[in-house]
Amino acid sequence: MAREPKTSTTRKTTAAKKPAAKKAAAANGDDVAKQPALTISDEVAIEVAGMNKWYGEFHVLRDINLTVQRGERIVICGPSGSGKSTLIRCMNRLEEHQAGKIVIDGIELTNDIKKIDEVRREVGMVFQHFNLFPHLTIMENCTLAPIWVRKMPKSEAEEIAMSFLERVKIPEQAHKYPGQLSGGQQQRVAIARSLCMNPRIMLFDEPTSALDPEMIKEVLEVMVDLAGTGMTMLCVTHEMGFARQVANRVIFMDEGQIIEENEPEEFFLNPQSDRTKLFLSQILH
Amino acid sequence: MSDVTANQSNLRVLGGGIAPRPAPATTVGVVGWLRENLFSSLLNTILTILSLILLYFTVPPIIEWAFLDAFWTSFDYDGNGEIGRNDCRVEVLDADGKAINAVRGACWMFVAERWEQLLFGDFFKDGSLLRPTLAFIGLFIAVAPMLFDQVPGRNVLLLFAVVYPLLAIWLLSGTGIGIYYELVYLGLIVSILPFLFPHMPMREPLTKFARIYPLLAVVLIAASFFVSADGLTLVPGILTSVDTHLWGGLLLTMVIGVVGIVLSLPIGVVLALGRRSHMPAVKLLCVIFIEFIRGVPLITLLFMASNMLPLFFPEGYDFDKLVRALIVVVMFSAAYMAEVIRGGLQAIPKGQYEAADALGLSYWKSMYLIILPQALKIVIPGIVNSFIGLFKDTTLVLIIGLFDILNTAKLALTDAKWIGSVKEAYAFVALVYFIFCFAMSRYSIWLEGKLETGHKR
Repeated sequence: MAREPKTSTTRKTTAAKKPAAKKAAAANGDDVAKQPALTISDEVAIEVAGMNKWYGEFHVLRDINLTVQRGERIVICGPSGSGKSTLIRCMNRLEEHQAGKIVIDGIELTNDIKKIDEVRREVGMVFQHFNLFPHLTIMENCTLAPIWVRKMPKSEAEEIAMSFLERVKIPEQAHKYPGQLSGGQQQRVAIARSLCMNPRIMLFDEPTSALDPEMIKEVLEVMVDLAGTGMTMLCVTHEMGFARQVANRVIFMDEGQIIEENEPEEFFLNPQSDRTKLFLSQILH
Repeated sequence: MSDVTANQSNLRVLGGGIAPRPAPATTVGVVGWLRENLFSSLLNTILTILSLILLYFTVPPIIEWAFLDAFWTSFDYDGNGEIGRNDCRVEVLDADGKAINAVRGACWMFVAERWEQLLFGDFFKDGSLLRPTLAFIGLFIAVAPMLFDQVPGRNVLLLFAVVYPLLAIWLLSGTGIGIYYELVYLGLIVSILPFLFPHMPMREPLTKFARIYPLLAVVLIAASFFVSADGLTLVPGILTSVDTHLWGGLLLTMVIGVVGIVLSLPIGVVLALGRRSHMPAVKLLCVIFIEFIRGVPLITLLFMASNMLPLFFPEGYDFDKLVRALIVVVMFSAAYMAEVIRGGLQAIPKGQYEAADALGLSYWKSMYLIILPQALKIVIPGIVNSFIGLFKDTTLVLIIGLFDILNTAKLALTDAKWIGSVKEAYAFVALVYFIFCFAMSRYSIWLEGKLETGHKR
């Protein structure tokens, strides 16, 4: 059967992934945290300029300006309703913005559906409630998008899916259904599912908020491991330990605005604005 | 302090060693079941006894009538040279104790003598009975791989299922393979293929074809109204042509029922998606269609199709009565189906749509791969409910002069030889309806169990 490898969607092959994966194997999470600068390049992965969004009359995001370099790991925090989830949901157009521009990987997000699909192929997203497809097995969850969007042959997609399931430490669950897994396992599958599309950017929308305390750790470990591969990551989370360990930058948002952004150490030890200080005093005990 | 010691003294270590004992005899086995289900309270005991009395007075007479006293085989018992209801007469005693001749049990001879008519209507008058019989057999072969995924040789059978509609039309109507509807049908199959198989050869050109297909179909169908297919036939008819007004009985019921079921589901899906579309024009169109059809009784629609539709077509153009009935039945059940499916679509959490979007799946792919499989699974009971209703509603085509199995049975009863066989005729028709409807019902329960993946968390 003739395949069509020439389609534009397959331009990033798995070969590009492999050196990064080796690096991850060599270094565990802690080592990575000590040498974050190594993996950041000058290339811009995400550029958000003068971006505004309204829900009807309500101004959710106000004049957002943010530039993310390739390989950077950014943690976004802030009180609930501050617009942090909305911000990252704008980055793969799950939400539409009304003013300003968002450029992802050199592609500007507009109403052009082709452009949107192109961005979504390159940007993985992990949700608070996992959003696995309950009618498909873990393996099918992971291979669906590579097969139907990347037009990858099934055997190759399964091979890649298996390697990522091993990476998130649940290869033995491959033929179960999501309903048979614990929350932590489901979230790890969700991460593996996103990685199977070989994304260049990963967005995490409160990935541990819906988990029982004993399962948070296993998910964070996977995320730390992923950070070690040089993946560009934007993470909305309240896990300050994670932010300290892997983030290059922490962004604090309130009332739809970016109030403060800084390196993690500075951010936690020496917050600038009163709003940030108040927030930190409330979440750090 | 003393409290604490008191609590501690209550702490006992149970060493185990208690062997399992049988449950009390009154809670298990037959006695336990009877107590639990039939005599658990005074009210239930009374109801049980009343039910038994009711069953005693109804079941034995029915068994006597339908089986013990019944005549099963055709035989000219009264020796008058023809077989009729009189052959079922036996000597019975009337109220005064006088011996008279009367029909006591069921006269199944009626069914045995008239089965051709009940199954096929007047079809046999023009064509051979082999043709509708083959069409029936073919139907079961074509449907099997769609209903069960464990059927051996499923792929071959699925291919057969694809060509079956053309085969059935050819067998039943006897006309040749023309260029209009046949091409529309083939085009439909071809444009669905790239959707189903992401890795098939020639996928790109086929996808392009699928985009222009709707236009092509509209042109072909429009052309068929104005240019006769005679002379444009691809394969000439070799069978005797049987006009659709001769189709009847179970054959007609099945044609309308199966076409209605097979077409109303996909059309219903499209209407349901359209009603939830963000495109205002599409949404409005679907809402108007659904609400109009649901707001008008089926009989009215059938009547309109038979009497009003011809006014819109060119003079002298004869639009087949059966086709008109089919269009109405399909539209009618599709509107109901759309609402059932919309219920399923609304039950799917928003996160599923978002996850599909975030993975880069297009609208149609996310519907086909993610949303519809889950939505349809939720509404299987509703869908099958609609199918069963549709199957039984087919009998309403009487209103435009088509004779399904029920109306054929009524027609057969007007024969002087069989006058009085009402019970037998209706019992037989009821049994036939029941077999099909009950099969659908059981299938839906089986399918629900099979698709259960334990995700109700």
